[in-house]
Amino acid sequence: MFFTKLRRVVRTGFFNFWRNGTVSLASVLVMMVTLVVIGMISFSSAILDTSLAELKNKIDINVTFVTTAPEEEILRIKQTLESLPEVFLVTYQTREEALAAFKDRHQNDPSILAALDELGENPLGAVLNIKARDPSQYASVANFLESDNTLSGSGVTIVDRINYFQNKVAIDKLTSIIAAADRLGFALTMFLAIISMLIAFNTIRLTIYIAKDEISVMRLVGASTTYIQGPFVVVGIIYGLFAGLLTLLLFLPITYWLSKVTANFFVGFNVFSYYLNHFLEIAFIILVSGTLIGALSSILAIRKYLKV
Amino acid sequence: MIFFDRVSKVYPDESIALEDVTFSIEPKEFISIVGPSGAGKTTLLKLFLAEERPSAGQVFYQEADVHTLGKKEINEFRRKVGMIFQDFRLLSGKTVYENIAFTMEAAGRTDEEIEQDVPHVLELVDLSSKIWNFPRELSGGEKQRVAIARALVNEPDVIIADEPTGNLDPVNTYDVVQILRKINDLGTTVILTTHNKGIIDSLGKRVVALDRGKIIRDDKAGKYFS
Repeated sequence: MFFTKLRRVVRTGFFNFWRNGTVSLASVLVMMVTLVVIGMISFSSAILDTSLAELKNKIDINVTFVTTAPEEEILRIKQTLESLPEVFLVTYQTREEALAAFKDRHQNDPSILAALDELGENPLGAVLNIKARDPSQYASVANFLESDNTLSGSGVTIVDRINYFQNKVAIDKLTSIIAAADRLGFALTMFLAIISMLIAFNTIRLTIYIAKDEISVMRLVGASTTYIQGPFVVVGIIYGLFAGLLTLLLFLPITYWLSKVTANFFVGFNVFSYYLNHFLEIAFIILVSGTLIGALSSILAIRKYLKV
Repeated sequence: MIFFDRVSKVYPDESIALEDVTFSIEPKEFISIVGPSGAGKTTLLKLFLAEERPSAGQVFYQEADVHTLGKKEINEFRRKVGMIFQDFRLLSGKTVYENIAFTMEAAGRTDEEIEQDVPHVLELVDLSSKIWNFPRELSGGEKQRVAIARALVNEPDVIIADEPTGNLDPVNTYDVVQILRKINDLGTTVILTTHNKGIIDSLGKRVVALDRGKIIRDDKAGKYFS
């Protein structure tokens, strides 16, 4: 009997969905708005996470040596640095390479190049570029370089300058801005999600309100609560699934378009490929949210009319 | 079979719908309840179906006080009562077939029984040709006949007809009354409320007259006085 009842409830739900075409369409569209907002939450957090990671990746320390620093001293420091657990990568740039890079950077500025020629000799020191495993470890790397480790055999430091101390403030600020934007974005989308969920709930409540007289008739012919409620819950679930599928389809053109815009903005992040790579995960979130919102709205809304 | 024991109903706005009403209905009886609007006819039926609770007194159906029944028992009780309303109250989203099938499904009948009984009961009310139509495609008389078929299909012990002819023309009114009569002849208790003097006079059955919540007359083979 249970399966007979279940089959009848599901069948009635499908019929009701199909026969109330206009109401169903409106409800599905309203539910889509909710699901698009929920989808946006996962996209925006992914964008911010990636840009934060990208930014962290951009942080490094450049140690510029005095022009008279002997190369073997520099290589010794490089080796010591590489032995530190915090250090991920150390790249060595000779004085000549530094000069070539400098010229390359200023090839459109003849006055600077002329001034360089005027000097006659290479004014640039060799550079060690250091990447740490984690941005928070730069402080200890910088402290290491500040200490006696960089003294040459004659007791004079061969380090000209370490740019960490100049960039530190900017790096910290940017990190905190991104973190704040992340939190604000999350709060805003949550707010929007709650509002749109309430709208979806209200829409479903209206569709059930329309049927309230019929519900009382069903009560009077002796239909049980589950038997009256069942088809409405089925319709709610169908709303959710339909809206979910349409939302997933809609995200294809949206993310494709967005990826062109955001590619310039957030270097290295492509929303479209993120969507395709995480499709199953996002589809799961969207479809489950749709189903739950649809079913719960129906159950909550119909309770009021079941009291007869 | 049905017994109203000193039943009163006062609505929250202090209006008295029924006052100290006592009467009983025997099995296989055809009873008409008459009276002007606001006399308490519909309240009486609502109290019987446990749609409303009495302010005082008890309503019994076969020794059971219907207002002490649990939710499940109320559902089972209501399946033994067929309802016919003035405004038909068909389920607008369902076809004629589905409207009747729904009542059977609610009573837990099998698919085979439903497929067999629905066409049969529609034959009884002479509506076989409209089996796949929606209520909006039917005339008033046809709708009321669907409602009667729905009330009949579970073979109820009691049929309640609340002003069933209120929205019908004389021809359809006559048809509906003839069907109710036939149902009663086959052994089902019928409770009919109506304003229609012609119906009461032609029936020649028991009449209970209500006025301002009180029973003012109870005749075994009554005529309509108002």
